[in-house]
Amino acid sequence: MDVLTDNFSTYAEGFLGTVELTFFSSLLALALGFLMAGFRVAPVGALRAIGTVWVTVLRNTPLTLLFFAVLLGLPRFGLVLPFTVFAVLALGCYTSAFICEALRSGINTVPRGQGEAARSLGMSFGQTLTVVILPQAFRTVIPPVGSTLIALAKNSAIAGAFSVTELLSTYKTLSELGYNIVWTFVWIAVGYLIITLTISALFNVLEKRYGVAR
Amino acid sequence: MTDSTALYDIPGPRTRRRHRLYGAVATLAILALLGWIVHLLFETGQFTAAKWTPFEYKGIQELLLRGLGNTLKAFAYASVLSLLLGGLLACGRLSDHAPVRWVSTLLVEFFRAMPVLVMIFFIFVALKVQPLPALVAGLTLYNGSVLAEVFRAGVHSVDRGQREAAYALGLRKTQVMTYVLVPQAVRAMLPAIISQLVVALKDTSLGYLITYEEFLHAGKLIASNLDYDLPFIPVVMVISPIYIGLCMLLSWFATWVARRQRRSPKTEAVEVAPAEPGTLLPGDPAATGRM
Repeated sequence: MDVLTDNFSTYAEGFLGTVELTFFSSLLALALGFLMAGFRVAPVGALRAIGTVWVTVLRNTPLTLLFFAVLLGLPRFGLVLPFTVFAVLALGCYTSAFICEALRSGINTVPRGQGEAARSLGMSFGQTLTVVILPQAFRTVIPPVGSTLIALAKNSAIAGAFSVTELLSTYKTLSELGYNIVWTFVWIAVGYLIITLTISALFNVLEKRYGVAR
Repeated sequence: MTDSTALYDIPGPRTRRRHRLYGAVATLAILALLGWIVHLLFETGQFTAAKWTPFEYKGIQELLLRGLGNTLKAFAYASVLSLLLGGLLACGRLSDHAPVRWVSTLLVEFFRAMPVLVMIFFIFVALKVQPLPALVAGLTLYNGSVLAEVFRAGVHSVDRGQREAAYALGLRKTQVMTYVLVPQAVRAMLPAIISQLVVALKDTSLGYLITYEEFLHAGKLIASNLDYDLPFIPVVMVISPIYIGLCMLLSWFATWVARRQRRSPKTEAVEVAPAEPGTLLPGDPAATGRM
């Protein structure tokens, strides 16, 4: 218990680091995931190809490799940004591939008749997608998107090993101070549980309110 | 892409022309982006001889190969052990004895909810285990508990009648499981299992963070060598295609198995969705987020 009370500020800093990382990466992942899902169902072949390549490559890239390439490789291009921004970039791009696939499978669950009806009213592809299909797809993708974002929160631990301040990286500071390492990790675990349970509770609420049983 | 035609009609000649225009613009944008990247690569001198010579040396090639071998070794251990642990935990979760069920549920939920890296670091730092066993143990705990959920879902996906018929013949629970349910379940869940193994393969790269001498670690050694002018980008350009290629191969194998099974008349058209990476969301119908 002493580990937590004595070093509350260290833990708080790490905790906030993880929350911040998760929040901004989620925003990026959702935005990119949307765009790519739109690309993947678009009538234009070139856009579909871009979406497919994006998803296939990123889904099969080890996240550590991506972090290595982005955090240690990009600066070699003369691109120098804070490590946190790089970490958000890596995590966001990686997760966007999974968000994209979740959205796409959600779009596929919308009955065909809905799209046909929209088109028979004279709606364009963009209108069909944004006014008719996506609002319905949303409701079925709430659980998978939720678990993807939980995975994102857990994956953010890797950023800590690349010297971004977040929850896991607090163990280094504390073990140097000579605290009991087991208890240090217990509180780190509790921290992650708080974050993942909060996201999962949030998405449960969303699902209760907007989810549909088809 | 025949299944997405619900979103748009088969385009007529004018629309096709418009789509070709969009396609051309998109292609040009991508080409411009790629061109800019290549320009940057040249600008920052990534193709200078000094940065690429290391790959000609035998010692460096051997270093990379050894790293790749270590990656595959960790993957092999981790996949076999996680399949075993997954089977064990699935048995526990399907048990008729409530305490066994509770304990296995607790273990499965906890290990799925923890970041793999936290577990690996805990085993490596707090329990002072060597890098390889620490990596394998962490991967096994995580993937094992995810696989346990896959196995459970697989057994539940077998038609109820099969189980009822087997019980009606007077088989005991173990016999119902081993003779009737599991053989059918395995076929249905094979793609999900292979997809999870892709996750295990990708996660072996976490070994890099605990100084396990795997592929990425070998890359890092070369990349941070001053003699070769810190060839970070060349190293990334050499090792990422290999890493990504390996994972893609395994992913394609999973989809191939899934497709073959859908065609096979022997297996029913059940599909076992890959288990979530520690979701804690109850009753998840469309599980897709393997990561």
